[in-house]
Amino acid sequence: MSLFNIFDISGSAMTAQSQRLNTVASNLANADSTTSADGKTYRAKQVVFSAVPMGGAGGAGVRVAAVVEDASPLKKQYEPAHPMADEQGYVTMPNVNVVEEMVNMISASRAYQNNVDVLNTSKSMLLKTLSIGQ
Amino acid sequence: MSSEIDRALQFNRTALNILAERQGLLAANIANADTPNFKARDVDFASALKNALSDDTTNLTANSAVPLAHTAPKHLSGQTGENIMGSPVMYRNVLQPSADGNTVDMDRERAQFADNAVRYEASLKFIDSKIKGILSAIQG
Repeated sequence: MSLFNIFDISGSAMTAQSQRLNTVASNLANADSTTSADGKTYRAKQVVFSAVPMGGAGGAGVRVAAVVEDASPLKKQYEPAHPMADEQGYVTMPNVNVVEEMVNMISASRAYQNNVDVLNTSKSMLLKTLSIGQ
Repeated sequence: MSSEIDRALQFNRTALNILAERQGLLAANIANADTPNFKARDVDFASALKNALSDDTTNLTANSAVPLAHTAPKHLSGQTGENIMGSPVMYRNVLQPSADGNTVDMDRERAQFADNAVRYEASLKFIDSKIKGILSAIQG
């Protein structure tokens, strides 16, 4: 494993974290979407990370193994005037937990920053290695 | 591979190699900070350097693997797990385990990463000044 592999490892982590940020954005944007493309109420989506061997001894990158739908129950809200309301006047709302999503967002953005730092440090190490003997 | 110049640089070159490998391991730990069941890994720099510098295979330390004799092409190497310069890649002791089975402690990894980067640059400086010394000896 050379220093170049760090670019692959940190790069894969950045891709994975930005996909996580993407799902957070989708969840927050659809926090009130009572219908989606398939006609059902929107369900919160969560990414599942898994480690993949990368660059020889001990190196491991990250990949998004799956994007799963949150299985927690959908919320019911009493709103008889709503066009999607059922006979009793309840509307099925998405199971997006806004607080959880905000925490997810901060965590993803910090993890992304960490990997950018790692990448920058490795880059400056490589550039210094190139200037040996000059 | 044993000219005077080569020997002068061998120690720092080996150290640089191990430090670069370790940097990769630490980068992988930081990258997998949110991966469930990921176990943080690291290598013991001192034993890796000792292993890499000792060409004497009869003097095996506790950490280096004893090579198995191969009498058929399908025999397994007997190497268990990954290693860096003959020193095994080990799992970190957990201080604060998390619920998802991940053992990456970000403070620790970042500190080790910064520490390792500085050591790498120090090794580079040593090599650099050695080369400059050799050059001035040649050129007068």
